[in-house]
Amino acid sequence: MGNAERPLSRRGFLLTAGAGAGAGAAASGASLRKLAMEGPHPGDPGAGPQRWVMVIDLARCDGCGECTRACSAMHLVPTGQEWIKVYSMAHDPLTRPYFFPRPCMQCDNPPCVHVCPVGASYKREDGVVLIDQDRCIGCRFCLAACPYSARYFNWSEPAHSDWELGQAYSVETNIPHRRGVAEKCVFCPALTSQGQLPACASACPQGAIFFGDEHEDAVTNAFGETFRLGELLTAGAAHRHLEELGTEPRVWYLPPRTLSVRPEEG
Amino acid sequence: MNRSDPRPHLASHTDSTAETQLLRPVLHWNPGMLVPILILGSIVLVGAYAYFLQLRDGLSVTGMRDTVSWGLYITNFVFFIGISHVGALLSSILRLTGAGWRHPITRMAEAITFSALLFGALMPLVDLGRPERALNLLLHGRIQSPILWDIVSITTYLAGSTLFLYLPLIPDLALLRDRSQQLPGWRRWIYRVLSIGWSGSASQHARLERAMGVMAVLILPIAIMVHTVVSWIFAMTLRPGWNSTIFGPYFVAGALASGAAAVVIAMAVFRRIYHLERWITVEHFRKMAALVLVLDLVYLYFNLSEYATTAYKMELSEKALLLELFRGPLAPLFWFTQVFGLIVPALLLVLPPLLPALRRRWILCSVMASALIVIQAWLKRFIIVVPVLEHPNLPVHDPASVVGIYQPTWVEWSITAGAIAGFVLVYYLFSRFFPIVSVWETEKAERAEVPEGQALRPRLSPAGEVAS
Repeated sequence: MGNAERPLSRRGFLLTAGAGAGAGAAASGASLRKLAMEGPHPGDPGAGPQRWVMVIDLARCDGCGECTRACSAMHLVPTGQEWIKVYSMAHDPLTRPYFFPRPCMQCDNPPCVHVCPVGASYKREDGVVLIDQDRCIGCRFCLAACPYSARYFNWSEPAHSDWELGQAYSVETNIPHRRGVAEKCVFCPALTSQGQLPACASACPQGAIFFGDEHEDAVTNAFGETFRLGELLTAGAAHRHLEELGTEPRVWYLPPRTLSVRPEEG
Repeated sequence: MNRSDPRPHLASHTDSTAETQLLRPVLHWNPGMLVPILILGSIVLVGAYAYFLQLRDGLSVTGMRDTVSWGLYITNFVFFIGISHVGALLSSILRLTGAGWRHPITRMAEAITFSALLFGALMPLVDLGRPERALNLLLHGRIQSPILWDIVSITTYLAGSTLFLYLPLIPDLALLRDRSQQLPGWRRWIYRVLSIGWSGSASQHARLERAMGVMAVLILPIAIMVHTVVSWIFAMTLRPGWNSTIFGPYFVAGALASGAAAVVIAMAVFRRIYHLERWITVEHFRKMAALVLVLDLVYLYFNLSEYATTAYKMELSEKALLLELFRGPLAPLFWFTQVFGLIVPALLLVLPPLLPALRRRWILCSVMASALIVIQAWLKRFIIVVPVLEHPNLPVHDPASVVGIYQPTWVEWSITAGAIAGFVLVYYLFSRFFPIVSVWETEKAERAEVPEGQALRPRLSPAGEVAS
């Protein structure tokens, strides 16, 4: 019995030690969060229950640029910025060039959020990465950290309309725009919370941009075509740009060729 | 010895000469001083005016845009923080390794550290788009961000280095307090307050020595961390060219090389303008040259490690950047840093003992090598910051436009020149308020027969040496 108790007491000791270490780790986690005094973002109305996701069919994109124009009109995007930018990709002279619309990837492992020294860039529960321009100090670390060049900076005071200046600032719209802070695509939370598609998706004349809720497993484009997200991604051989970086974008791309097998409509 | 007591050693001719000569730049201000102060001061004022314009009109007055979003300011930041490492090198490493010859140049080094840290820490603030919100770094600071690591380590290093500069200054401050009767009241007040009642008693000396010993141990890891986390601002991103595991030691090596080179230049300048030939001897230049040579070669080795390992493979994401550096528009700059910034200085430091023609040109050779290394240090920081930003993962869409090609504006150049002039000005003024060579440590070394094994007496008379 005496022998039997020893392992028990040793196990007891190990359990206690483990619990202590766990508590220590939890405490340091908590104190780390405490150290990071990010605080609330008053300009943010809060996330809904969705997890937003975008799918861009590169086979459909003809590079017309309507998405960019609609986005700029909707968000009053300052001159020189393209929150969704259509790149012409030509990797090799032997392959066909294709168009590549690049919004903010709303990464689930967002480098821009990690490096922000003041918590102005943050990831919301609905998957969207937002920037609190009331707090941003303009260090531009996020511009350097973003692997997708999705971030822009207001180098000078943007041109304003009277209407814009009359608006109350919202993190979801970035309006009114201001000097010396970072900006980018925000997945149009002001529209999506009303059940509408983002400006770029509704404007796409090819229906190349699908948008939806990951929880619902459904994405829709400007034509009202709706697909099961899971099926579209598998059957369409979807990929995420620079997947190898581990940023886990919430924007998926279908390859730039006409698909031989079309997934069933959901 | 007790300063208030009559000090027997003062009767000796050499010691009184040491004190008089080392205190002369402090006690005897002359109109000639105004020349450097006015020149440097006006460069600082132009820089301040340029910053005023930047505050008024925004960062659009710079050449930075969305593709190259960091430029000269961040280059200057890394450069100054690098130079500042000389303090830790001389006061800490040389102290811990018992290099007794360091005494005449430690304060020179620590003062460089102090001044370089002031202007280094200023640079990221100048770079901010919303400097009026800088306090958010404390109110909302996220310890997960490398910028916070920088703030913590640089402020710690500034506090530690200032203390390390101040501690061995106390006996000299007390000396100035007692020797400054003819000076205006405000300066006597400064010396009285700063000397915090130093009487030179044995117990005070013992405590001072202990404090300096503790500081020497403390400051070294702090200094290493400072430049490591500076490099991590870059290495913690996924950018080809910055996404490197060796950036910490790579930057620390470059920092120590540039700092050591800076102090060689300071030694030569102060030796000339304050006539310090008796204390800063050719032997000091030889010792420093050996130190600079080793650090230069270590940094060269890190450059080889960084570039050779990526260039051999030519991974697609790295290729455009490497080709631009090796044979593109930035190639002249890149090869200048490698050949004239590192290899030629190494030759200049190696050849004097080998070539009879150069044997009497030690000082000239080491100063030339050091100047090249310091210029290299700034250019290399530029090469690390800017070209990487010019080569993002996604292609820069319209290369015909100015976007993506960084051309610093006169505002940035003026602020850069202002910061460098300010750094030199603070350094110069320091040497006019405080003896740039420690008087009490020099006296101590001269009193001792064989101080710490190897006091560097001039082996030739100063006149016999060919000074630069």
